[in-house]
Parts: sequence; structure tokens; C-alpha cells
Amino acid sequence: MTLSDDARYRWQVLFRVLAAIFGGYLFTSLLTVFLALVWPMPQAEAVVAASLLSFAVYTAAIIWVFSVRSATRAWVGLALSCAALALMNAVMLPGGWL
Amino acid sequence: MKNGFRASMAWLHTWTGLVVGWVLFFIFVTGTAGYFTFEITHWMEPERPAVQPVEGVDAEVALATGLQRLQQVAPEAKLWRVSMPQYNQRTRQYRELEVNWESLPPRGRFFGQRGSETLDLATGQPVQQPEARETGGGNLLYRMHYAFHYMPRNIAFLLVGVCTMLMLVAIVSGVITHKKIFKDFFTFRPGKGQRSWLDAHNIISVMALPFFLMITYSGLIFFTETYMPAGIHTIYADEVDPQRTFFDEIYDRVDKSWQPVTLPDTDVSEVIAEAERQWGAGQIASLTFSNPNDEPAYIELSRLSQGKVVSRVSDTEGQLKFDARTGEPLPLDEGDGATYMYGLLISLHEGHFAGPALRWLYFASGLLGCGMIATGLVLWTVKRRERHARAKERQSAVDRFGLRLVEALNIATIAGLPLAVAAYFLANRLLPLDIADRADWEAHCMFFVWGWTLIYALFRPMKQAWLELFALGALAYASIPLVNAATTGVHLGWSLPQGDWVMAGFDLTMLLLAAMLAYTAHKLRLRWLKKEQQAMVAGAAAAGGAS
Repeated sequence: MTLSDDARYRWQVLFRVLAAIFGGYLFTSLLTVFLALVWPMPQAEAVVAASLLSFAVYTAAIIWVFSVRSATRAWVGLALSCAALALMNAVMLPGGWL
Repeated sequence: MKNGFRASMAWLHTWTGLVVGWVLFFIFVTGTAGYFTFEITHWMEPERPAVQPVEGVDAEVALATGLQRLQQVAPEAKLWRVSMPQYNQRTRQYRELEVNWESLPPRGRFFGQRGSETLDLATGQPVQQPEARETGGGNLLYRMHYAFHYMPRNIAFLLVGVCTMLMLVAIVSGVITHKKIFKDFFTFRPGKGQRSWLDAHNIISVMALPFFLMITYSGLIFFTETYMPAGIHTIYADEVDPQRTFFDEIYDRVDKSWQPVTLPDTDVSEVIAEAERQWGAGQIASLTFSNPNDEPAYIELSRLSQGKVVSRVSDTEGQLKFDARTGEPLPLDEGDGATYMYGLLISLHEGHFAGPALRWLYFASGLLGCGMIATGLVLWTVKRRERHARAKERQSAVDRFGLRLVEALNIATIAGLPLAVAAYFLANRLLPLDIADRADWEAHCMFFVWGWTLIYALFRPMKQAWLELFALGALAYASIPLVNAATTGVHLGWSLPQGDWVMAGFDLTMLLLAAMLAYTAHKLRLRWLKKEQQAMVAGAAAAGGAS
């Protein structure tokens, strides 16, 4: 099945918006947890520091999703980095594998 | 999505801005008014006179009076506080002698019941505040800034969070879009349609860019644990109540308990003397007494605001702490790095520390924010209309409807909301004083007028709707000091000679807003008249050529 250019454009936009909102938020959450675990401060303070930074991270993630060449690229990039972060977090979290 | 980084960013800027622009305009208008919350409340409670300053209060006498009352009303307290009669920086008002207390919290809890009283310095008995009309005051308007109205708080917080986040994205992508940000700042080409709107949008946005970034980012910070709960809920996942354990750790309140506060053993006059030696006479704002189980009973003194920004979490410069038994100085909580930063951002957002000049700067920056959002919203429609006109393409019904809808929402928001706020103030003066739920009805009036402007904007030809609503807004604001004069005794004729600058300042600001709206309406009318004339001349020339 072939799509018209117009329809293809619309789908691209939709996928990118979804990637930015949900993928970006997931990535930000995972990075926040990661930073809170590795930041050399008392635990609660590290959570505050990482959370304060999270809105800048989310902004950067959204900007990135809209700056890469295609929606597919954005999805793949987000999926890979989320997987890597999730793995590291799983190792380091209390009761984790470490 | 267009090709190219900058084009993508322009797209992102346009759409994030449009989607939440109307809500953001509401947030900016109510938030800007929020910088004068207490002044607005003072105006909306005309029965309650401003507290007069008391000169030369002896801190020791005031303290003794306060402590005597606290012993009577709060014998079993976690905390006592005596606040001196003073000029309060946060509320920009003089305050009388005040006592606050917090009862002993039940086991395992951190907070107890709080209470407060204003005391007569001479008798030591509580002062009866004069009854004022029931009003939402400046507080309700400010509350709408982050909690809207007619809506559960948690849903409102989430919506505000989403809008604020999109605002942050819009600001950053907007900055990226405008590569020549400084050159653009000095460029204004008036009377050139789309170009002029773009220039105006650029100038306003760049002028207060640091303020917009600060206010947006710190706005998100307020509800960090709601917007970004991941850290707390994974790292403290094993706790019964992760959020509580987290906050207990942050504020160092794990397993805290207290003995009831008693009068200090040490000579308080020496504590006061020491504070006055360090800060100067008359600088003590309040004295707090507490008796925690795991540390010595203490007295904590706070200094009057120095008009500098301090982190809400800790202020080591403005506080002194003494052992209540021996009078020895005690170290203060420094506040750790991240929490300190959090408190600093919150303080910057609220601007409680700001003196008159800085407060007006906050207010002006807020108005510029309204201007930035308004010009951005208008730009969207102007661009679209000019593009259609240039290409002479036939608009689809969907496009036409979309443009009309955005236009109507723009009119109702930019021209309608100021009118609705004026209605809120007018309702305060015109609603009967004895109706039930009067404060609610003030807000109903505001939203009723706002809803009406949307209907008006949908059914009235566009240009007329803009002009008429701006003109109506100007009339409404101009009428506020008059209605005030007709219904109360605290009008300009009284407040100016009396020197009640809060009351007078409110009326004068209303006149200023009226002038601004009238000027906008006047400018728009001239511009559209000129355009019509040009079109007519061109039409006549075309007709002449044809004959």
C-alpha cells in the first residue's frame, strides 16, 4: 500500500509527537533515577538534584526527537537509550542485582 | 515536519505555543496579578483599614506580652512564635504583635494543629479584626494561576504542568529558531503586517527572556514530586509511603518528637541584646521557641527581610539560634546543596523578597509575558491568512473553520480575559454584601463574562469583536475607580490625601490598564481604517482603468 505524501507527513508528525511526549518522558524518568543513584550526595539530596534537572532533560529529549531525520530514528534512539538506562538502574536500585 | 533543524524547531515552536497559548495567557495574567495579591486583597476588603506602623516598640515587652498569651492559649505546644509589630516584606503591610503556635503532633506525625492571634500591645488580649465583606480577594485570583477554578486541585496541577512544560519547549525552540537573536532585538518594522507582528513578538520575548526561562523552570519545580515522581518511587519503593520517607529524610524529621514548649530558662533580654548587637535595633522579626526531644530546647530569631533573595529552605544570614536553657548560640541548618537550590528557585518565582522597584519589575515582566504570548498567538493567524491570500489557494472548510476558531479563541483570551478580570473587581463592589457564597459569586461573574466574550468572538465579525472587546475592557477598567467612589469611602479622593498608597495604587493601576486597552483599540482601528482606504483607492483605480 502506498501513502500519499500528505498522509505520510501526517503520520510522521504523529509518531514524532508520541515519541517526544511518551518516549521522552520515559527516557527522562529513567535518567533521573540513574542520576539520583550515581550522584555523590546523600540519597534524598541526590533525588532532589536529579529531579530538578529532569525538566531540562525532558526539554532536550523533546528537541532531539524533533531534530533527527526521521521518526523511526527517534524511536530507535529512545528505545536503545531507555533499555541501557533501565538495565543500569535495575542493577543499582535497592534490592537490585548488585 | 519540515526538513532542516531550524525549520523543525520553528514548527515545534509554533505548535507547542499555539496548543497551550490560551491557557498560558490565563496563567500569566493571573500570575502577574499575583505579584500584588495582598494589595488586591486590601482593595477588595475596603472595610478593613491598613494597619498603622507603631514606632519604638520594646522587643522585650512585646515578647513578654506574646509569651504570656501563648502560655494561656497553647500550653501543650510543639512550637511558639512571637512576631514583633513590623513592616512585613512578604505582604507589604504593617503587622501588629502576633502569636503563632502549633500543637504537639500525634505520635509518628510531624505536623500539629496551627493557630494564630493578633494581640493588642497594651492589654495583651486578642484584637478583633473589623468584619470585611466576603471576598476571594487577591488570593483567589492568584490561586487560579496554578490551580485554575471549578476543578479538583490535582487535575489542575497536572494540566498546569503540561502547559508549563510545553512553554519551556516553546521558549527553547523559539530561541533556536531565531539565530539572529540580537539583531532581531533591534529590528522593528511597523506597519508591515506579518513582519511587524514577528518583530514585536521577537522584541518582547528577548527583552525578558531570562525572566521567562526562570519563571517557567521554577514553576515546574513547585510540583517536582508530582511531575517527576520516578526518583522517589523507585529508590524508596520498599517503603510503605515512599514520598513521606523521602521528605522525612530531606527535612531531617525521621522519628522526631517534642516536649511541650515552656518559658526559656535563659534570660531572653540577653538573647535579644545579642541579636540587636549583630543586626541593629528593631531588626528582629520573630522569635520561635521549641523543645525537640533529641536536641536542646531552642530559641530561633528571624531578621526582618533585607530585600535580598534567600532560599526558602534555609536562610542562615537572617537567623540566629540559641539554647533556651543556657543562652549559648547554636549552629543553624545550612540546607544541603540540592534542597537549597530548590528553595532558591521557589523564592525567585514567588518574589516575596522583592521591594517596590523589583516588584514592579516582576509585574512588568509578567505583562511582557502576556504580550509575548498574545503576539505569538496573533502571529499564527496573521501568517496563515497572509499565506492563503498570497497563494490565492482555495481554503478547505477545515482550514477555514480552524482559522476562525483560533481567531475567536485569541479574541476571547487576549481581549476577553482582561475584561473578565475587571468584572471580578467590579463584582466585589457591586454584588449585594449579604448574599450567600459571595466570594464564589465574584468568581462566577468573572467566568460568566469570559464565557460571554467567547460567544461574542465566535458570532461577531472578527475586527469588530477585537475592537469592541478592547474598548469594553478599557471602559470597564476606567469605571472601577468610579464604582469604587460610588460604593465605598476609600476612593482616590480619600486615599490620595490620606496617603493610602495601596488603595490609591490599585485605582491608578486600573486607570493605567484602561489607557493601555484604549490605546490598543485605537491603534487597531486606525490601522484597519487605513487598510480599508487603501483597498478602496485601489478598487476605484481598478474600476477607473476598466471604464
